[in-house]
Amino acid sequence: MDSVTSEQRQTLHSTADNGLKIVVVGGFGVGKTTLVRSVSEIRPLNTEETMTQAGEGVDDTGGVAAKTATTVAFDFGRISLDAHNVLYLFGAPGQERFWFLWDRLFSGTLGAVVLVDTRRLADSWYAIDRLEHHGTPFVVACNDFGGPVHTAGQIREALDLADEVPLVFCDARSRESSKQVLITLVEHLQSVVAQDPTPQPIPEPAP
Amino acid sequence: MSRPRPGRDDSPDRLYTLTGGRSRAGSDAFDLVTLVVAESDPVPGMQSEHASILRMCRFPTAVVEVAAGLGLPVSITRILLADLHDTGRISARHPRASYRLPDHDILEQVLVGLRNL
Repeated sequence: MDSVTSEQRQTLHSTADNGLKIVVVGGFGVGKTTLVRSVSEIRPLNTEETMTQAGEGVDDTGGVAAKTATTVAFDFGRISLDAHNVLYLFGAPGQERFWFLWDRLFSGTLGAVVLVDTRRLADSWYAIDRLEHHGTPFVVACNDFGGPVHTAGQIREALDLADEVPLVFCDARSRESSKQVLITLVEHLQSVVAQDPTPQPIPEPAP
Repeated sequence: MSRPRPGRDDSPDRLYTLTGGRSRAGSDAFDLVTLVVAESDPVPGMQSEHASILRMCRFPTAVVEVAAGLGLPVSITRILLADLHDTGRISARHPRASYRLPDHDILEQVLVGLRNL
């Protein structure tokens, strides 16, 4: 018996049949895993996604060093919503070099939470840019680090945030506060859907 | 989380051995949140990763949970899952959301679920 199966795993209901995704994106140390842990029914797990540059066709024999896989670790947690729907929360690093992970995580995601530290707003620029490019609805949540207080207006301006994008303040350590962030996102999604009720095919992943 | 993590620092050869040399799954059918359910028990002689998956998936388990449980990258896990799916040893419950924007009913269900947390 290996360490995985001997570990006490909380199993899903046998009727669970619809996995849903929400991505929490943000810079290093901004509290993504903390937020996921606050609302997850399982201890956040960690896994990896890899992308081999040569993976598309026949491998180049130019040498092993030339086809090193790019690997990104990410955390996730889980919330059983009802007998059928299971929501998975993915914490994804916000830096530019992880674009390929986002393309995979964003595919089919309900929406995203951009978690920001108001002392390091610039860390969020790239993530916001990519979300807008993908057309993925998102909210911005400012995690409270007890730093200098910025007004919502100042933060909106610094992030060049569109008026319709909700901005909330939160404490990622608090279950209630983190839950409220997710509720804000889903309510935002409802308003986005209400404005554009026609389902559209998923666009091809952007380069 | 101190468990050694195969995949990242291991020799890539080992991962290729696990998948019989393949680097891609035959299809992209397995989303990260596709729920996998075992349809049979492990049998003697089965590749140990396949047996682990079957034990893990007695109840629905997402692809990403399987990957975390195996300690293998998601891409490798997908290939192993495709093997089992091709031979009918697992079934897959794919996410319903196939459009860019989720439908109203699903969002309402999510909202109710979150408020009940």
